[in-house]
Amino acid sequence: MKKLINQQPARPARWMLGTLPFILLIFFYMGASNARLEENPNDKLLPAFGSFVDAIDRLAFQPSKRSGEYVFWQDTLSSLQRLAIGVGISALIALVLGVSNGTIPYLRAGLSPMITAISLVPPMAILPVLFIVFGLGEVSKIVLIAIGITPFLVRDMQQRVLEIPSEQLIKAQTLGANTWQIILRVVLPQVMPRLLASVRLSLGAAWLFLIAAEAIASTDGLGYRIFLVRRYLAMDVILPYVLWITLLAFVIDYLLRKLSLWRYPWFHDQTPEGS
Amino acid sequence: MSYITINNVWKEYGDQVVLERINNRVEQGDVITIVGASGCGKTTFLKMLLGTEAPSRGDICIEGEPLRYEPDSQRGIVFQRYSVFPHLTVLQNVLLSREFEASPLLARLFAGRRQKAREEAQEMIDAVGLGAALDKYPHELSGGMQQRLAIAQALIKKPRILLLDEPFGALDPGIRADMHQLVLKLWREYRLTIFMITHDLKEGFYLGTRLWVFDKVRVDPQAPGAFGARITYDMPVGSIDASAGNKIHQALAEPPVTEQPAITE
Repeated sequence: MKKLINQQPARPARWMLGTLPFILLIFFYMGASNARLEENPNDKLLPAFGSFVDAIDRLAFQPSKRSGEYVFWQDTLSSLQRLAIGVGISALIALVLGVSNGTIPYLRAGLSPMITAISLVPPMAILPVLFIVFGLGEVSKIVLIAIGITPFLVRDMQQRVLEIPSEQLIKAQTLGANTWQIILRVVLPQVMPRLLASVRLSLGAAWLFLIAAEAIASTDGLGYRIFLVRRYLAMDVILPYVLWITLLAFVIDYLLRKLSLWRYPWFHDQTPEGS
Repeated sequence: MSYITINNVWKEYGDQVVLERINNRVEQGDVITIVGASGCGKTTFLKMLLGTEAPSRGDICIEGEPLRYEPDSQRGIVFQRYSVFPHLTVLQNVLLSREFEASPLLARLFAGRRQKAREEAQEMIDAVGLGAALDKYPHELSGGMQQRLAIAQALIKKPRILLLDEPFGALDPGIRADMHQLVLKLWREYRLTIFMITHDLKEGFYLGTRLWVFDKVRVDPQAPGAFGARITYDMPVGSIDASAGNKIHQALAEPPVTEQPAITE
């Protein structure tokens, strides 16, 4: 008998072991839901799967009686748009600031302390300020996401740039490169996959800020809907929405990973933890 | 006038003297192999030639012009590791210096100009024996192939001086012998002046036209940092006889600073 740490499950076994907890969870939920509904058919806490299907059918495939919109898709679109713009702006700022800070010591000396200070401000604490300054529209939600994740991304990018071996920068200089060319051909391409990796890590926080902003002031969006129907204890809407958000988060993460693997094969082959 | 003159160069970090009173002359086409105990300042000396460190006193002149203490295209370098760009293929790595040269803003070449540079790069890659690996990334190459690539990348820029910092230290003996042939071949073809640090005395004898030994002449046991290393032996390699060879071996095997017993790093 081999030691436990040396026993590897085969592929089908690994797959089964991976799905098992999910199946158990579903069964557990169904049992609990049945038990409660038997006692009280109007129980709202743990609705049956049929109620989920009804709720999604109502929200996703029938136009809303009030606005004529397909609420579920409208919510998804609004949320994804906010998320994409917020994360996109943050990534762009992080790339520009992180790379220039990382490569040019004078910029780093000037900007680094301030970025560190800003990164320590709890973003949720300045949400009221954002609402006051930018109003209750789209801008304040996007700014919240940006403020929430940009400092982390900038600092991470700066760190990644500083991790590029100095030998490479010296080598580039001996090949006749100036500062701009070094940034363009040596630094930028090497931090791009690292930016994708950091964005993947920061997406969890981005969702958090998005849902928080939508919960407080919004007229549509996934977070808005969850907090709206909470008043009616509409678990049949909330739980599918949560599942949907989880699925979206998973798909985005998966796509970013695939993008990185496709565009930067050299990165994933040399860093096992990068994949 | 000599090609490179080194005038009374000192290097100090605080009150730690690393190198003291280095004076020497180097002619074009010399291959200088540098040996010495660990921590005796060989790499510091190479860094000064490269321009990433400036001497604390004295100066280094190339053809009478004082050296600029910033790396530039006059001096090529091959480090022991990290010398090639991991995000570029073999061809792109070698092409890079041409792109830096011809395209200040985008650092990229297109169409006809790229084709021309590509031919040149390909020639260089063939010269170091990597012709079959043109589109491979460095991580797909063995250590020896990566160092070949680093040499090709440095040489396409036609540097006047090539600096090698233990370039073959991490390679197997068999591959090392191949690399020696390669360096000698390229040295003859391109009339290079080479400085090479090595830990392998045999390699130093074999490749160099001159061998320099860096060593501390004076040692104060109370203050190990008070005196720096100097060039204690400087001889044309052909003229080293048994007794000189023994002395060098002794100098390397018994470094005067006691906390560094071995010559390998």
